[in-house]
Amino acid sequence: MSRYAYFLGCLTPNRYPGIETATIDLLRLFDIEVDYMKGTSCCPAPGVFGSFDLNTWIVIAARNITIAEDMGADITLTCNGCYATLQEADHMLKHNRELVADVNRRLAKVGREYKGTVNVIHIMEILYKEIGPEKIRDMVVQPLEGVKVACHYGCHFLKPSDIRQQGNPENPTMMEELIEAIGAEPVEYRDKNMCCGAGGGVRAGKIDLALDMTRRKIDAMMEAGADCVVTPCVFCHFQFDVGQAEINNRLGAEKYKLPVVFITQLIGLALGMSPRRMGLHRNRTQVKTLLDKVFA
Amino acid sequence: MESSKLIKKFEADFTQEVIDFGSKFFPEVENFRACIQCGTCTGSCPSGRETAWRVRKLIRQVQLGLKEDAIRNDALWNCTTCYTCQERCPRLIPITDIVRSVRNIAVYNGIMLPRHVQVAGLLIKYGHAVPINDETREVRKELGLDETPPTVHAFPDALGEVKKLLEDTGFIRLIEEAGREGSK
Repeated sequence: MSRYAYFLGCLTPNRYPGIETATIDLLRLFDIEVDYMKGTSCCPAPGVFGSFDLNTWIVIAARNITIAEDMGADITLTCNGCYATLQEADHMLKHNRELVADVNRRLAKVGREYKGTVNVIHIMEILYKEIGPEKIRDMVVQPLEGVKVACHYGCHFLKPSDIRQQGNPENPTMMEELIEAIGAEPVEYRDKNMCCGAGGGVRAGKIDLALDMTRRKIDAMMEAGADCVVTPCVFCHFQFDVGQAEINNRLGAEKYKLPVVFITQLIGLALGMSPRRMGLHRNRTQVKTLLDKVFA
Repeated sequence: MESSKLIKKFEADFTQEVIDFGSKFFPEVENFRACIQCGTCTGSCPSGRETAWRVRKLIRQVQLGLKEDAIRNDALWNCTTCYTCQERCPRLIPITDIVRSVRNIAVYNGIMLPRHVQVAGLLIKYGHAVPINDETREVRKELGLDETPPTVHAFPDALGEVKKLLEDTGFIRLIEEAGREGSK
């Protein structure tokens, strides 16, 4: 049995708690325990606060990491933004003594010290590398036969690839393999590796531009006949889920209604977990069409 | 005429400023000196597809020291930091890291989008860029979770630590100044 320190971030607990329950419940099925990291803040967001002041960004990131160090457990998380910040900050601190000294001088003022004793592991890595598609396949009770899935990895899970070390960012296959393991069919679509549009402070600063990109992605997924889009990032998830409603508002038409499901939620469905317990009914864009197909 | 106007805008210091600031976090920042303006970056850029943002131009501005052109370009904030340009650059220039570095320099010069000042204010006040709301408290309860998540939201001392650090790094003052500058 392994154990992780769960870094919640902002969007998972504060907008999509169903991702929190789905993730905890799913890992428990594989004897993996997750404990909350108590008293964490925003990671802080890499493209937002990392664009404003990297000196502050790394200090707050390091403070968050020290909480897992106190727990003696590697960190896991359900957001590519949190992953980008904590994994990159940890990487920088492990390779730069001057930076560590600088950060620790500040952390000392709140009685903390970054030691570099834990790793930052994305939930996708636990699913794909630690558990693996084979073990997941063995646990399927509700195969998602005939369900077409558009995989969206999100930029910061894969890139920058020299720091992330998740393989070739131009042709990732981890999600597709997981999707096939639960009996669903991954579909290829135009601009699959393109950004959801939300990152880098664009959603916060320039919502219309963010939605232009989101619309381009959703259009391509719909053209490919997808029944849903699946992501390993709560921020992309949020952008697709709420973004479709925002696009519809601007259009004055209900054109966009592609269900948006988090990777642990979709695998959870195939493993017999309850859609309600995973909060799927609280998505902004309704998932009924997907559930009808799964439980047909 | 045109060329002399351009020469007046050169600030060699800016090129050095990007190197000095950026390399504290990104050791390979100085690779931008090797940029040959091939355009692979701009050709790969999803924001460039929708808008007039040209990331190739930013690298040229950094090489030439065109500080004002770089930091006062509103399109600098169109980059989603997707890293596609950085991945594909044949000269191994950490382009996205340079975008973030130049944005930092813009903020130090009081240039920030009003919406970004607001988001920074949320971090300063709540310790979260997206704080909890009543609707989600209700969903949490319904799912059998604690109504208040076990983050800084549930631990006032932890929030105190974050605020103290934000004060110590000068972030609070930085945002106040950028906010004042923006409302001028």
